[in-house]
Amino acid sequence: MKAIVLGGTSGMGRAIAQRLAERGDGVFLLGIGDTELERSAADLKSRHPSRVDVGYAVCDLEKPETFAGALDAADAALSGFDAVIVTAGLFATQEKLEADIEFTRRLVTVNYANTVVFCEHARKRLLERGGGHLTVFSSVAGDRGRKPVAIYGSAKAGLSVYLEALDHKFHAAGLSVLCVKPGFVKTAMTAGLKPPPFAGEPDQVANDVIRAMDARKPMIYTPGIWALVMLVIRWLPRFVMRKIGF
Amino acid sequence: MGSPANGQSTLSGWGRVPVPGHEQLSENLEAATRGAVLCRGLGRSYGDSSLPANASDKVVATRLANRILAFDPETGILRAEAGLCLADLNRLFIPRGYFTPVTPGTKFVTVGGMVASDVHGKNHHIEGCFGAHVRSLRMRLASDDIVTCSETENPDLFYATIGGMGLLGHILEVEFKMHRISSPWIWMESERVGDIDEFIAALGHAAPRWPMTVGWIDCLIRGASLGRGILMAGRWATPEEAKAEPPPLPRNKTLPFEFPNWAINSLTVQAFNFAYYWKHMDHRGSGVVGTEPFFYPLDAVLHWNRVYGARGFTQYQCVLPRAAGPRAVREFMELMTKLGGASPLCVIKDCGPEGKGLLSFPLEGTSIAIDMAISADTQRIVDRLNEFVIAAGGRIYLTKDGFTRAEHFAAMEPRLPKFLAAREKWDPKRRLRSAQSHRLFGDPA
Ligand SMILES: Cc1cc2nc3c(=O)[nH]c(=O)nc-3n(C[C@H](O)[C@H](O)[C@H](O)COP(=O)(O)OP(=O)(O)OC[C@H]3O[C@@H](n4cnc5c(N)ncnc54)[C@H](O)[C@@H]3O)c2cc1C
Repeated sequence: MKAIVLGGTSGMGRAIAQRLAERGDGVFLLGIGDTELERSAADLKSRHPSRVDVGYAVCDLEKPETFAGALDAADAALSGFDAVIVTAGLFATQEKLEADIEFTRRLVTVNYANTVVFCEHARKRLLERGGGHLTVFSSVAGDRGRKPVAIYGSAKAGLSVYLEALDHKFHAAGLSVLCVKPGFVKTAMTAGLKPPPFAGEPDQVANDVIRAMDARKPMIYTPGIWALVMLVIRWLPRFVMRKIGF
Repeated sequence: MGSPANGQSTLSGWGRVPVPGHEQLSENLEAATRGAVLCRGLGRSYGDSSLPANASDKVVATRLANRILAFDPETGILRAEAGLCLADLNRLFIPRGYFTPVTPGTKFVTVGGMVASDVHGKNHHIEGCFGAHVRSLRMRLASDDIVTCSETENPDLFYATIGGMGLLGHILEVEFKMHRISSPWIWMESERVGDIDEFIAALGHAAPRWPMTVGWIDCLIRGASLGRGILMAGRWATPEEAKAEPPPLPRNKTLPFEFPNWAINSLTVQAFNFAYYWKHMDHRGSGVVGTEPFFYPLDAVLHWNRVYGARGFTQYQCVLPRAAGPRAVREFMELMTKLGGASPLCVIKDCGPEGKGLLSFPLEGTSIAIDMAISADTQRIVDRLNEFVIAAGGRIYLTKDGFTRAEHFAAMEPRLPKFLAAREKWDPKRRLRSAQSHRLFGDPA
């Protein structure tokens, strides 16, 4: 696999990039912050004995004008890529978003509109050479409208629907679209929150995601226990949803 | 998704005794450690060394800061962020023919934690502690400045940080030298030893012949066979001895629930010790084993600390100097059995010369480690053991400790004034502190 990871310098993206590099896959990092990119590239190089080089380029989900150039740079460095993984995104608690409308606008734009735009750029390039993998991190928060993640969840809901549609539309053309729905994972993003008893670790998520990509699955919950949790949540009647704070 | 953390969250060390506090998880240590009071790795220190003195202290968990920044296959020099886990390092580098110069008995530790505790291993008599292989450290100080230290650059800071339990600064990066290994397998020999005097003699006899030695003792046996156990010695297998395939990857079992408090009593411990002893009787002799069972037998069961139940446990580890003689070791064992600190694990090891870390644990002599379930009696037992150790000229291991009194620590630690002077210079206001430093050094809570 020759993979581009947008968000590969931190959190679950870092864990995925590390696993890919360790098994000898080509990796190209996209993200913001030169130092972070450089340090992460050095890490990936050190994790595999024969890795010659790991490239990186700046690509900011808040700046759609950087998308095409960054993908082209990755394409040149990898001599053609066949997987694009997007883990980047913004997060804030519902309280913070309600208090800061400007941040709400940024979050909804980055997590939905700009992610879709980035995926369109990536999707076209992948299809041009017969397909490949497009793996994007959505969230369990997009499965139902819930009080504690009303705004964040709505953007993820839009993203999940887009990814499902993309899978239907281009599967036959060779494009595997994977929508990843992580539940609670202990990363810096969730650091201020109290983890539920079945909170996952980034490494566990990385293994699940890579396995799902290899098996060309269209959607996974990770850690696996969330498939069960969400099965229940998806079927809860509205009057029960109204009562619980989940 | 979970709700915002509130004041109710707690933190605990490996002994599972909780204190109020919250850890901030970050992969960017440089940003996260600004204004922080303490760092913690994977929380494998048993007592309170990785716990905040005050619930509102900013405690940074380093385990996401796990990047390897440079590795030179020629020299083996590796530079990594402090949160890199030893399990990862082993997984990546054993197949390439490199191993960490020193490993503790668990691989679920961070390299930062290995420096702060200056860990020792089965090869201490040859290689010393981990700190002896560290070339330089990048740290954030109490002043919030970031500096580098090494043998030549800020050496006083360097030697106070090695074994300094995180009290001199937050370690951001560690540069150390990996060892080349001849195969991913270990050639191991084990022999049965009849009593404690025989044990000390056997350890002494094995030390010059083997790079790695350790002993396991059935501490519940009294009388003539006190100190009965098994001595294990090993070295890296040559390519000819090694098996063709790589050692199997560990398949970890996890203990999903807590055992009731009564599960560890002297009967269950006796049964465990008996089973362990006779299992080894069968397998006695020599052969090739993988690194996992040799270095990390306890890691095969994740969260084994839950067997001690809700009240938690502690470990008492001390070293008795060679000068005190085998008599002291026998007397210590006698005292321990008399005090009744039941333990399924009692590990004995002979240590080589003291290292340069100002509060490094090992000292030329015999180290003994015992687990103890916490009870109303624990403080009394630890006090009695400490009095013995002080009289014998020995000392205890801070990373395992949760009960030693300040005056006892001062009495067993002639290097303490030097360490405190270093703290006075680098952190005059005692901004960096832990529950342990509050207990032992009177730091503000
Ligand atoms: C089963 C088991 C077997 C063990 N066997 C051995 C053994 O054979 N030999 C041995 O020497 N030890 C042994 N230990 C102890 C263990 O190696 C140490 O406690 C080690 O330091 C734990 O590392 P950690 O990353 O979990 O650190 P933590 O427990 O999280 O922290 C330990 C100390 O290091 C400090 N620290 C951690 N990270 C940083 C940082 N980045 N900057 C500054 N300070 C930091 C903390 O403040 C704390 O004082 C064993 C422990 C267990 C559970």
